[in-house]
Amino acid sequence: MNLMENIRLAWEGLRANKMRALLTMLGIIIGIASVIGILTVGNGLSDTVTETMGSLGASNIMVSLQEREDEYLANTMMGGEIEEENLITEEMIEALQERFPYQISGVSLSESVGAGQAKSGRDYANVTISGVNTDYLDVNSIDLIRGRDFQDRDMDGNRNVAVVSDKLVNNMFDGNIEEALGQEVVVHIGDEIYAFNIIGVYEYEASAMGYSTASEKNIQTALYIPVTTAKKLADAPEGYRNFTISASSADNSAVFATQASDFLNRYYSNNNDYRVMAISMETMLDSMDSIMSTINIALSVIAGISLLVGGIGVMNIMLVSVTERTREIGTRKALGATNGNIRIQFVVESMIVCLIGGVIGIILGTLLGYVGSSLMGAVAFPSVSSIALAVGFSLAIGIFFGYYPANKAAMLDPIEALRYE
Amino acid sequence: MAETKKPIIQMKGIVKRFYIGAPNELEILHGIDVSVWEGEFVAIVGASGSGKSTLMNIIGALDRATEGSYMLDDVVIEKAKDIELSQIRNQKIGFVFQNFNLIPRTNALKNVELPMMYAGISQRERTRRAKELLKMVGMEERMYHQPNELSGGQKQRVAIARAMANDPAIILADEPTGALDSRTGRMVMDLFHKLNKEQGKTIVLITHSNELAKETGRILTMKDGILYGDGEVTVV
Ligand SMILES: Nc1ncnc2c1ncn2[C@@H]1O[C@H](COP(=O)(O)OP(=O)(O)O)[C@@H](O)[C@H]1O
Ligand SMILES: [Mg+2]
Repeated sequence: MNLMENIRLAWEGLRANKMRALLTMLGIIIGIASVIGILTVGNGLSDTVTETMGSLGASNIMVSLQEREDEYLANTMMGGEIEEENLITEEMIEALQERFPYQISGVSLSESVGAGQAKSGRDYANVTISGVNTDYLDVNSIDLIRGRDFQDRDMDGNRNVAVVSDKLVNNMFDGNIEEALGQEVVVHIGDEIYAFNIIGVYEYEASAMGYSTASEKNIQTALYIPVTTAKKLADAPEGYRNFTISASSADNSAVFATQASDFLNRYYSNNNDYRVMAISMETMLDSMDSIMSTINIALSVIAGISLLVGGIGVMNIMLVSVTERTREIGTRKALGATNGNIRIQFVVESMIVCLIGGVIGIILGTLLGYVGSSLMGAVAFPSVSSIALAVGFSLAIGIFFGYYPANKAAMLDPIEALRYE
Repeated sequence: MAETKKPIIQMKGIVKRFYIGAPNELEILHGIDVSVWEGEFVAIVGASGSGKSTLMNIIGALDRATEGSYMLDDVVIEKAKDIELSQIRNQKIGFVFQNFNLIPRTNALKNVELPMMYAGISQRERTRRAKELLKMVGMEERMYHQPNELSGGQKQRVAIARAMANDPAIILADEPTGALDSRTGRMVMDLFHKLNKEQGKTIVLITHSNELAKETGRILTMKDGILYGDGEVTVV
């Protein structure tokens, strides 16, 4: 008995009842579409997160002050003013570096001045001014295209020098980096006007997490100046609420994070309000990963339930189909069909229903995943393995839920079947 | 007649009972003894409900007798397994039903191919033979038509072509003209005569019509589950 013939029969049967076939497939379509959609968006999301965090440096450790009663790191990171006497001082950081000279390859400090606009005639570029120390660009994997990094003399002299993005050069110097070096850039923040000498140009990389709809012309990039200069301009207190350590090796960074926070917390043993918290990028990546997989599992369970419901729908319609075609089954048996022939016929039919539903689901899921992942700023398509999985799953549902009706058809008594009205 | 040939059907003491609910049994066939020889055209007549179809189903290996022995073309049917019965129906029997029983949404050609498909014959060969058979029954021009596009007589001719697909030892026709008007019924009867005479097919025909029965070589009469041979009961 040949398979093509079974497929043809199933196809004819479905064509004769298009609406019913579609409704039958709906559960499978929704289930498969959501599985594919979820996997796609999930992949896009975790790629983005991993990439972003990875680009920040896998061996980095973020150190920040935390209110003692505050359970979550985030509150402090984003929270309001902290009085100067509570801040982490440069002395503490230097002591830390002296205590762990082999574990620390760099410490990055920063002080935000504010967002504004660089202007020159009709040209402009949106910027945020960030004061940074000499390690900052290195630790944060910011690549200089031309010019030089900050040096101690820039810090000590509170110099008005800046490292700007290639985007700024595009907008204000027609992309001519050579020409931009040594030039003055004038930045307006509110009523204040600041001027800096450009000493270096770095390559701007869009953060995949901070999805921006701004055009190339209006894109906002960081303009780096010496942290000492920034403190003075912003009239900021001495000390830092947070900083980043670049560990020599990513391997033990989680352990070292604990050692670093223990060391710094000795300065805070008498502080009733604040303590120091250090978390390694490794730990953050791990917890991000586990959050992702928890979300994935939860959504997959929902999709699984929808597939189960879809499968039951298929079983139901197959039972109806068997009843409707009782006489046909009797005739086939009279013509020499074995029970096995009949069983295969209906299982194939059920598999075809599920396969078509699965293919429609894959197409819809791909669209869904594409739209969903685009909205989150990282276009993603389903992987070949997830498509193969969906196809396999549809066929498995077809077999599983088609078997019982098919077996019922196979076991029909030919005489009873032929007499069926 | 044709006593020199071997019997294709040999039945001895065939009893059929139906069990309707546990204690109630209903005996429909009360011990049938009958032999049909190769090349015979036999008519079975009898009142409605007398058990003709029940007997036919047993002859056609669709149903099993409750008691008795049945040999069909050298196969002992009561000892055959279900899967062997399928094979026997496929290879040795050609059924023609009163209500045609063509497979819906499947054209005439595919319907005729069906028994050959279950026999595992190649697609090319079964198409070739199906076309040949449809030509024989005068339906070659309608071979791509679906059953619902055919008249009753046309359907029955397709069904006869289908019954002939695997060149069976015997054709069993249960009131094949019952749903047809007399003219198309005539055409169907002519086809059976042609198969019997030209190809020497053994045919067992159930009919209500005494006229049609008289055209055949031998008339058996079913009365209340007992089969009477030629001449034993002449009038229904
Ligand atoms: N499956 C069955 N269960 C119970 N009684 C049956 C069954 N099949 C047939 N009969 C009975 O057997 C009798 C003979 O039926 P049938 O062989 O179809 O008669 P005929 O074909 O001669 O008209 C009828 O009385 C019918 O009701
Ligand atoms: Mg009958």
